[in-house]
Amino acid sequence: MRISALSLRILRQIIRDKRTMALLIFAPILVLTLLHFVFNGNDYEPKIGFVSIPETMENQLNIKNTHIQHYKNLNTAKADLSDQSIDAYLFIANNHLSLFLEGSDPTVNSTVMKRMQDAFQSMGGNEQTNNDIKIHFLHGGSELGQFDYIGPLLLGFFVFFFVFLIAGVSFLRERTTGTLERLLSTPIKKSEIVFGYVIGFGIFTIIQTFIIAIYTIYVLGMYMEGAFGYVMLIALFTALTALTLGILLSSFANNELQMMQFIPIIIVPQIFFSGLFNLETIPDWLSWIGPLTPLYYAADALKSVMVSGMGWSMISKDIFILAGFSLLFILLNILALKKYRKI
Amino acid sequence: MSVDRIILSVDHVSKRYGKHDVLKDIHFEIERGEIFGLLGPSGAGKTTLVKQLAGLELPSEGENRIFQKPMPSLKTMEQIGYMGQSDALYGELTAKENLEFFAAIYGLKRKQRQIRIKDVLAIVNLADHENKLVSSYSGGMKRRLSLAISLLHKPQLLILDEPTVGIDPVLRKSIWKTFEQLRDSGTTIIVTTHVMDEAEKCDRLGLLRDGRLTAIGTPSDLIEETRTESLEEAFLVYGGA
Ligand SMILES: Nc1ncnc2c1ncn2[C@@H]1O[C@H](COP(=O)(O)OP(=O)(O)OP(=O)(O)O)[C@@H](O)[C@H]1O
Ligand SMILES: [Mg+2]
Repeated sequence: MRISALSLRILRQIIRDKRTMALLIFAPILVLTLLHFVFNGNDYEPKIGFVSIPETMENQLNIKNTHIQHYKNLNTAKADLSDQSIDAYLFIANNHLSLFLEGSDPTVNSTVMKRMQDAFQSMGGNEQTNNDIKIHFLHGGSELGQFDYIGPLLLGFFVFFFVFLIAGVSFLRERTTGTLERLLSTPIKKSEIVFGYVIGFGIFTIIQTFIIAIYTIYVLGMYMEGAFGYVMLIALFTALTALTLGILLSSFANNELQMMQFIPIIIVPQIFFSGLFNLETIPDWLSWIGPLTPLYYAADALKSVMVSGMGWSMISKDIFILAGFSLLFILLNILALKKYRKI
Repeated sequence: MSVDRIILSVDHVSKRYGKHDVLKDIHFEIERGEIFGLLGPSGAGKTTLVKQLAGLELPSEGENRIFQKPMPSLKTMEQIGYMGQSDALYGELTAKENLEFFAAIYGLKRKQRQIRIKDVLAIVNLADHENKLVSSYSGGMKRRLSLAISLLHKPQLLILDEPTVGIDPVLRKSIWKTFEQLRDSGTTIIVTTHVMDEAEKCDRLGLLRDGRLTAIGTPSDLIEETRTESLEEAFLVYGGA
């Protein structure tokens, strides 16, 4: 009952603070909309597998700026495609040329398609081959744009960022205005305080994510292969991690400005490791940081669901890791409250 | 002082913050149903002591016992109403919502909550302002609401840190009437103050100075001991309040 009283109070406070509520919902919507219009593809040297393509045909094709790998066997090409060591493979089925794309990265998709098109044109306008080429995708599809690819990641990021900040600041205020002390003079348990916060902000986050996700998927038309329920589930656990971390770090801040100082230290670096930039370009001596950041798992799971249409079996590991982070932060929070009351 | 009436004992308590001795070997007891005033100049250690009694701080040495049990204890804290020196209120909420929140935290049943909220709002004379946001309250109104919250769950022990600062004399008088009524119904009240006419209304007084308890007794005891005419003069003899 104390927990529900605390959650109810937090929800009331959020609703009263119209501006903050607007920020939590409309700022992500605004930024996602802008990004939707801003993003375009760029240059990339694709890796394409040639499966038993006759040498004469290959010479005729003359593909530029492309890494070509030869396969004798369709299955090895398939395997390489699914672990992304090649971006696409070309093969002949029933006397037709077919192209099979990995498909989850839109920049790669469009580059591969463009190279192939150029190649067929250089073949001397062999219209028949050109028309007959069949294109398949492992994930996603030709309608996947750059925004669709980073969209899931940004969705995760916004949930994380705003919940972290709002929960942290509101717990900080609880401390600096003395209400935490007053709360601790009542028989409330420290765990009840932490769980009250978790549930109060949890409920708000569900609503927030629901609105943002509905908007990006159905209004902006972000690519969405998997189930909406999974997106909500991942977002909820992302928020849980963000909120428990925000509360925890707020005990190391003395005012709102100091809370903001965590943004460049804690939040921004997570973006770099969450897959917004190609993880392979990160030097080895830094790459161990990725798996330590919650956003890494949130982005991975969201991408699996939204781009690749994966289900529970693919995201369960990410969810459990996020749950583990949250649990760890909850325990640390309860410990941190010992500073203000010993029992 | 009969032993079975003792509900609070401060047992040779000291408190250090770093190298600064804030409380030095404080030792006294409080009986059920008395108004005990803690007086002392600013920085004497009143708030530090009172926070320990509310379970928010631990002594560096010694022990505080309330209802014969060492503090802090969650069970004991159910029976304590604490009002800190600063108003700890939620400005985004109305007075009533603040009260509802703390009533729920103290575990009051839904029906009883509404009754008690009405009662305490009447005591502090805020019934007409119950639906105003606390952020729009005046300083004195906040103080009164803060007091109202500490009365909500009918605690056996009230710990009030300068409860009447910023409250006008008329209302202050009526609030002290309430304290006396509460005492007569068996509530024990510990109150810190700077104001002489409030000190005179206490059943017993403890004088803190530089972290030491320099005098303790009823107001008339203190006047007698120092052979002075008034409490004010008595305090000057003990080193000023
Ligand atoms: N957390 C703390 N850390 C360090 N010193 C502290 C701490 N809390 C209190 N003090 C010191 O303890 C001394 C007593 O403070 P306290 O707040 O108890 O005084 P007080 O008697 O309540 O004064 P006032 O009448 O002004 O409220 C002060 O010198 C203060 O600086
Ligand atoms: Mg004080």
